[in-house]
Amino acid sequence: MHNFGSFTRLLNCPSISRFSHITTLKQIINKNILKPVIITQPRRHASGITKEEKILARVEEMRAQAHLGGGLKRIQAQHNKGKLTARERVELLLDPGSLIEYDTFVEHQCTDFGMDKNKIIGDGVITGHGTINGRRIFVFSQDFTTFGGSLSKMHALKICKVMDKAMLVGAPVVGLNDSGGARIQEGVDSLAGYAEIFQRNVLSSGVVPQISLIMGPCAGGAVYSPALTDFTFMVRDTSYLFVTGPDVVKAVCNEDVTQEELGGAKAHTVLSGVAHAAFENDIEAIQRTRDFIDYLPLSNREKAPVRFTDDSPTREDLSLNHIIPADSTKAYDMRDVITRLIDDGIFFEIMPDYAKNIVIGFARMAGRTVSIVGNQPLVSSGVLDINSSVKAARFVRFCDSFNIPIITLVDVPGFLPGTAQEHNGIIRHGAKLLYAYAEATVPKITVITRKAYGGAYDVMSSKHLRGDINYSWPTGEIAVMGAKGAVEIIFRHVEDRTQAENEYIDNNKFVSNLINLIVAIDLTEKFANPVPAAQRGFIDDIILPSVTRKRIIEDLVVLENKQLPIIYKKHDNCPL
Amino acid sequence: MLRQIGRLVINQNKPTCYKPLFCQNARGFHSTYIAYNADVKTFDKILIANRGEIACRVIRTAKKMGIKTVAIYSDADARGLHVAMADEAVNVGPPPSNQSYLNIPNIIKAIQETGAQAVHPGYGFLSENSHFVKSLDEIGISFIGPGEAAMASLGDKIQSKIIAKESGVNIIPGYNGVVKDTDHALEIAKSIGYPVMLKASAGGGGKGMRIAWNDQEVIEGFKLASQESLSSFGDDRLLVEKYIDNPRHIEIQLIADKFGNVLYLPERECSIQRRNQKVIEEAPSTHLDSITRKAMGEQAAALAKHVGYVSAGTVEFLVDTQRNFYFLEMNTRLQVEHPITEYITGMDLVEQMIRIAANQKLSMKQDDIKFHGWAVESRIYAEDPEKYLPSIGRLNKYREPVSMTDKNEVRCDSGVFEGSEISIYYDPLICKLSTYGETRDEAIQNMNKALDSYVIKVIGSSRFQSGNISTKFLGEEYPKGFKGHALNKESLYELASVAALVHVKKDLRNWHWLDDKSALLKNALSERIKTENYPNAIVKADWALESSLINSQFQIENDLEKTITIQYIDPLPIGFRLQHLGTKFDITVHSQKQHELSQYMLEKPKQDLSKVILSPMPGSVISIEVNVGDIVNEGAELAVVEAMKMQNVLRASRVGKVKKIYVKPGDAVAADEIMIEFEESSS
Repeated sequence: MHNFGSFTRLLNCPSISRFSHITTLKQIINKNILKPVIITQPRRHASGITKEEKILARVEEMRAQAHLGGGLKRIQAQHNKGKLTARERVELLLDPGSLIEYDTFVEHQCTDFGMDKNKIIGDGVITGHGTINGRRIFVFSQDFTTFGGSLSKMHALKICKVMDKAMLVGAPVVGLNDSGGARIQEGVDSLAGYAEIFQRNVLSSGVVPQISLIMGPCAGGAVYSPALTDFTFMVRDTSYLFVTGPDVVKAVCNEDVTQEELGGAKAHTVLSGVAHAAFENDIEAIQRTRDFIDYLPLSNREKAPVRFTDDSPTREDLSLNHIIPADSTKAYDMRDVITRLIDDGIFFEIMPDYAKNIVIGFARMAGRTVSIVGNQPLVSSGVLDINSSVKAARFVRFCDSFNIPIITLVDVPGFLPGTAQEHNGIIRHGAKLLYAYAEATVPKITVITRKAYGGAYDVMSSKHLRGDINYSWPTGEIAVMGAKGAVEIIFRHVEDRTQAENEYIDNNKFVSNLINLIVAIDLTEKFANPVPAAQRGFIDDIILPSVTRKRIIEDLVVLENKQLPIIYKKHDNCPL
Repeated sequence: MLRQIGRLVINQNKPTCYKPLFCQNARGFHSTYIAYNADVKTFDKILIANRGEIACRVIRTAKKMGIKTVAIYSDADARGLHVAMADEAVNVGPPPSNQSYLNIPNIIKAIQETGAQAVHPGYGFLSENSHFVKSLDEIGISFIGPGEAAMASLGDKIQSKIIAKESGVNIIPGYNGVVKDTDHALEIAKSIGYPVMLKASAGGGGKGMRIAWNDQEVIEGFKLASQESLSSFGDDRLLVEKYIDNPRHIEIQLIADKFGNVLYLPERECSIQRRNQKVIEEAPSTHLDSITRKAMGEQAAALAKHVGYVSAGTVEFLVDTQRNFYFLEMNTRLQVEHPITEYITGMDLVEQMIRIAANQKLSMKQDDIKFHGWAVESRIYAEDPEKYLPSIGRLNKYREPVSMTDKNEVRCDSGVFEGSEISIYYDPLICKLSTYGETRDEAIQNMNKALDSYVIKVIGSSRFQSGNISTKFLGEEYPKGFKGHALNKESLYELASVAALVHVKKDLRNWHWLDDKSALLKNALSERIKTENYPNAIVKADWALESSLINSQFQIENDLEKTITIQYIDPLPIGFRLQHLGTKFDITVHSQKQHELSQYMLEKPKQDLSKVILSPMPGSVISIEVNVGDIVNEGAELAVVEAMKMQNVLRASRVGKVKKIYVKPGDAVAADEIMIEFEESSS
């Protein structure tokens, strides 16, 4: 019998593209560019071909056609835009030769508007599974060369199939999005397809990691699938995400805006926070996605992965002892602290350009993936505001879903005051971060590097929110507020208020003298250090910065099998 | 404000790279040349009126001699290494040096508070300030250096020439006197003929020094040199002399006690300079024969005797190709490059200075001074190597090279540790790296090895992220500046081989899972090793994943095995950055597939920066030379920015009309801050 599994690969698209003047498959085969590879056994019959050989030849031709997608002209157009084809992208994403493709031969079933005469094998999406550095993942990659990557019923069903399989076996789904939108000829069938995908995005959420790479246009209803997935990455200058395009914006709002301004990588990584990272081009985006997948467990049934490292778990970094500036009003870069604590200094930062007053990302400690959340004193003193709360909250919830320990580095002066914040709901949004930390059951380790003031102290993975291990550096300042503000309130009622006020108005000396005196003598001791918190057990230990790495790694080992009973509920009611 | 530092705290603060005992690192100070009895008491406690590496250097010797030390520090240096090393430390003021390290009243107060008996000034700052010596004399504190009178007369370049002439020392033709103004300078320049050198009467170390080849440059140079001189030394007097083109700069180290004994030590050659500032020094010099050496030594000693000089000092000469030598100046202090003299003579010059200050007598005779071997010193600056501009920020990575043999062939005199701040206020010199060898070749080879394995990374602004290793390539080799090593066939091969090995190791690591799933993968791993064909047979690289140093061995056909150190700087999105031969290379490693497809990736257009003038570094604006609407020619002076006491002239890169000026004199500017914008050119 013929061995159907051993068809070897057809020639790659890029080499074909050199022969762009050739358009039909027959020409290609005749010119010896595309070699049909059939492992044939020696002929047993005197003449003619067997039935199997006939079918095989047809299959082979169909497969070759599927590999060509929308044809050489469209492939060339795609390349001219600096974009790769769907198949090239999948081959870059997966380990060489590891792709197992599903549904290669699927075609759409639409008969309206002459579509029955216009079919392309594969129907605009490549689906299947393969490995990234040996670990199984499921993938779909939309093919812009086929009907502009538009989503038909069959296209959607192909995607649904891999999503279902991924859930079944517990493996991440990576979607490479490059689609013009709904297949208009199919009407409501196409819309149904979107909804089927959305439903699966939601069901998979918290079960397997879902990652969307936006590598071309993604507009209209299509944007909600990436929005439902855990991480969305974009490619600069070639990818767009928007609910309504520039034309509609012009018609409805009379705003002139380009695609790039409206929904390009910059808009979403800097302004809206929709995308989690942006990369220079397709190759870099895919390579970085491979690096990213390495941090994630394959599903919620697994622990965070452990990769080999040469960085010693007991390494002490003495320069950390000097990293906090002597002047407590001076800023420092929290990323410097992070890179010194983690393995090899390699930090995969998420949303590096959005709400920069909080730093989030993945790293490894003693080889095991951990997540890092740190206030960034360099930007707005590391204050918590609406955007930074939402940014960190979603990240914390992801890590909790997928058993990734959370390490929190605290240097926070509080929540940002002002009408802009209050009227836009800092209460509601700040609650998200509070909720996420309180709800999380993964190992939670907290290091207070400097300020931990007010409600923000509570929020940032404090002992009271089931924090497992809470440390402070000697530079820690844990209090309701800074010393000066505290004095003004504490001593508000010291004297008869009217008298104090009168005196204040009189010479403006009484209050300020009192404040200065108290601040000088007492307050630094009462508030601006970690001892009171440690005396109450809210801080487990005050440690030297240089040993922080060692201590965290030891704690991670201790907490490896941490289990918290979870109270039954249908699901929680997180503030949204 | 007095701060007593307990021993325990010091130990905690001590970085790994710091070597507590000087002797461990330098060649034998147990040398028999020094006939002092270790029991003879000098001082109980000394104050070091300096910062950085020289303060640390003095503290090491003081510790060896059992003397307690007091450091002084400015607000910017509260966490400096010298503060951590000293037994006591006193804050003497805010960061600018004229308010702290040059603040005589505060330093005197510190001396009195701590009860120090003597002061070592290091070099720079107050080391050549005779007022300081005078005020110390008045309160009965010993100054570890020359007497006030000798310092005052020799420290002034004009007067020192007159004295030199009197003592029978050869001098350079020039104008012996202070230049009054630009016109006067032009007049003198014309009378002695171009090229001429304008230099600060009070200064040294290349600051306030300008070479002029024509009238225009005299006018421009006079202004800049006097400004620099004023800000560095508080004195704007200048002098003019004939500039000897292509000279060798050779200097004689002297030591003199208070009993009239003067000894001259072997010479140092400091010919590799940049902006008239020494970068690489060696001892002895290849240029001198024993007759010239003796003649120079004797003239130098005669000069010292003539003024009753005491302590360590250096007489600098310019030596031409015929070995004619001319007196240049006398430095009445310890020189930056003193370690190389120590290497070849086995003497500890700081110890000598302390003993001389404590009224001890030199026990050696001139005939006892012998030297052995060769020593080279490189100055390590925190700078951008391509622009020669200071690099300011945190030392993110810092690993000093160490001696690989028991000959102690590598010596690092540094004042920083990993995590130190390189501040805008002081000299960017962070370390003096000296190496020793039996021969000159061996010393240079040791220097190359040490430089290759010296890891320095400054986190500053994006354009100045790289720390610099000022290397052997400077000077004549790079008249137009250091543009990096151009790879030849051999170095390309070395770099590519190591890059391949690094990539393979990283790639294998990416597959090396340690949890349950790993069994499946180990098979995959071994298969990969088998199928890929690496040149393991001839190249070996020893590299701990993601660490800084890659030690590699090359054996090309039947050649001898060669050991090369290449530095791993950073991972990049695809690939990584390596440093080979002092130059950083961004290495992209593509898989077969990535390589095939990379042809389709579009080049992204770069932002046009020719319309704007950016500040090249953080610093302050000294002057703006243009107004809005001015049309400037290419090369015209636009503004002057000062940082670390160096004034940098920003010039127009093309003809243009000034559209907007964003800064004014006195403003502080950050690196890459837009200072001046030009109009869109019409052509």
